[in-house]
Amino acid sequence: MRVHFRQVITSAVVLLLVSPALAADISLHGFLQGNYSADTTTRNPDGGSFKVAEERLQLKLDASKDPFHIFIKADGWYDHISQLWDSDLREGYVDYTSGKWDARIGRQIITWGVGDLLFINDVFPKDYEAFFSGRPLEYLKEGIDGAKIGVYPGFASFELVAIPFFTPNTFPSSGRFWLFDPMPAVTDREKVEPAVTLGNTELAARAYRDIAGFDASLYAYRGFWRQPSMIPDKVMMPTKLTLFYPKLSVYGGSLQGRALDGVLSLEAGYYNSREDRGGTNPAIPNSEARFLIGYQRQLWEDFTVGLQYYVEYMSNYSAYQGSLPYGFPRTPRYYDLTSVRLTQFFVHQTLRLSFFAFYSPAVGDYLLNPEIKYNFTDHIWAAIGANIFGGGNKASQFGQLDKDDNAYVQVRYEF
Amino acid sequence: MKKSLLFAIAVTVSLALSGNSWAVTPDEIMKKSQAAFLYPGKDFKARVMMKLVSKGGQERVREMTMLRKNYGPAGGDQKYFIYFFQPADVKEMTFMVYKYPGRDADRWLFVPAISMVRRIAAKDKYSSFVGSDFTYEDVSGRNLDEDTHSLMKEEKYGGKDCYVVKITPKAADMEYAYKLSWIDNGSFLPMKEEYFDKRGELYKVFTADKIKEIKGFSTVTQRTMKNLQSGHMTEVSYLSVDYNIGLEDGLFSERFLKQPPKKWIE
Repeated sequence: MRVHFRQVITSAVVLLLVSPALAADISLHGFLQGNYSADTTTRNPDGGSFKVAEERLQLKLDASKDPFHIFIKADGWYDHISQLWDSDLREGYVDYTSGKWDARIGRQIITWGVGDLLFINDVFPKDYEAFFSGRPLEYLKEGIDGAKIGVYPGFASFELVAIPFFTPNTFPSSGRFWLFDPMPAVTDREKVEPAVTLGNTELAARAYRDIAGFDASLYAYRGFWRQPSMIPDKVMMPTKLTLFYPKLSVYGGSLQGRALDGVLSLEAGYYNSREDRGGTNPAIPNSEARFLIGYQRQLWEDFTVGLQYYVEYMSNYSAYQGSLPYGFPRTPRYYDLTSVRLTQFFVHQTLRLSFFAFYSPAVGDYLLNPEIKYNFTDHIWAAIGANIFGGGNKASQFGQLDKDDNAYVQVRYEF
Repeated sequence: MKKSLLFAIAVTVSLALSGNSWAVTPDEIMKKSQAAFLYPGKDFKARVMMKLVSKGGQERVREMTMLRKNYGPAGGDQKYFIYFFQPADVKEMTFMVYKYPGRDADRWLFVPAISMVRRIAAKDKYSSFVGSDFTYEDVSGRNLDEDTHSLMKEEKYGGKDCYVVKITPKAADMEYAYKLSWIDNGSFLPMKEEYFDKRGELYKVFTADKIKEIKGFSTVTQRTMKNLQSGHMTEVSYLSVDYNIGLEDGLFSERFLKQPPKKWIE
């Protein structure tokens, strides 16, 4: 649940421009959804046996009157685990469209880059708890609160994003997930998000065009890591941890196009960790380079395979090694991940069997996600699947989730 | 050698006797048919209703706006832009295809729930279009050089004088071994197509059920593809068709894939 006043501001921005659209085309859609995810290995740290158990209503309101368009997507749900009603404005924005440019102001989801669940230049907020606990995939992405300007002069296209209100990534909660904690004894923790100031406004830019049949993009970002770093109040015997989001800049590029009878994707980026350029502060991530190569191909009717290889290369590794406190888990200089996605449709594409897996050769941990989805009618679908984690060590990305295996059900009625 | 020469003469004579068609080669018929069926106008717009009907009678509906623009003469490059209205789980998705003769198309899909544009890998030859009985190739055609064409006969079908052309793919990687196409010798639209599998059995039938004249172009506004083996069929209606509406090149871009302009999709 995000800060309410920001939702109010976003809604106000949206409503400010609603008036001219009142006489416009209005459409209302949405869904009712049941989503349940049960532990299959062991109970949660808080004793519960479900990661997710909820019924949810989503409403999507569209209104447009040239040159304006308004979109509001809001969720309300009842969570059986906390036994609470809750709500979230998933998106809420106003579009203005002109011949050579357009603008989108408000809460909006932005997806950049060419990776499949691997993000280099997609620097926007993610909800990993949703991803690991068997929610529909769209809940992995969270909206930003800001403005995006698109400019289309012809020789290339540009997207410029300004984000005055910071949104961190959402990570699995310690009540519902078994997680690695380097300092479990220190329970006094304070989260400090970047203050809303002009200087802290995150800026992101993308330029893209076609180059020899490939979709080519360049990206730049100036903002913050969305994963918090922990600073203890004292080096010896700390009593309090401050969680904060260090400064970060990212520069990168991507290419995607048809090759080798399939689709080839390439992406690279350099993460400049601006508060730890020398790599000597063990609490803040070092700068790193990230690379991705992906290949997707249809092998037979309604069967597609996707393969990826991804690597992070840490800068100033010796400084990192030298400053890492004794007993803390060590990140390898090269951290890599492979992924495979298999998708087969049956029965006129109404039944989908899919399998997705991550495996890290460097660390040895994995995530497996088999799923079956069936569209009973044009309005009702259901999916069952599982998330299985393991390998690696108690601190690695998927290894730490070893006891968090879950099986999930999603049922949705869309209207 | 002598035998085949004799056969050739016999065929020529029989064709000459059957009418004036001996002046038209099967390749020319197919070229005209391709131009009439898949390339009419500079551009094209239709609201398309697809009804997928299972053997048991269960219906599913796929509703979309389809926009097409030609680049160059008939048989050349084309761009397609498709916006989905139904079913609910693909509503507002858009799909863009750059089609090139002789090689696989470029395709992009926009997923609105996460605002993501992705290229998709798909083979034209054996990919069902949105789960229907039509393949991508049935919707947007295939390169004429990939098949051999022979004129089997001429006969009336649905009250129209038709050429019956046998179309045989040169490569063996197709689902069908050959198909027979009844092509109206006036409009050059296919009125019926019968698909035969590798065992020579008829298994799929296409019929043009309704033809309308729109801006001077004869247009199949209702068509059916029926799979005789599975009993599944797909009925397609073009609810509003227009040609030469002035689609701009810029429409076929990531910008409009993400924000489809109302004036074109409604």
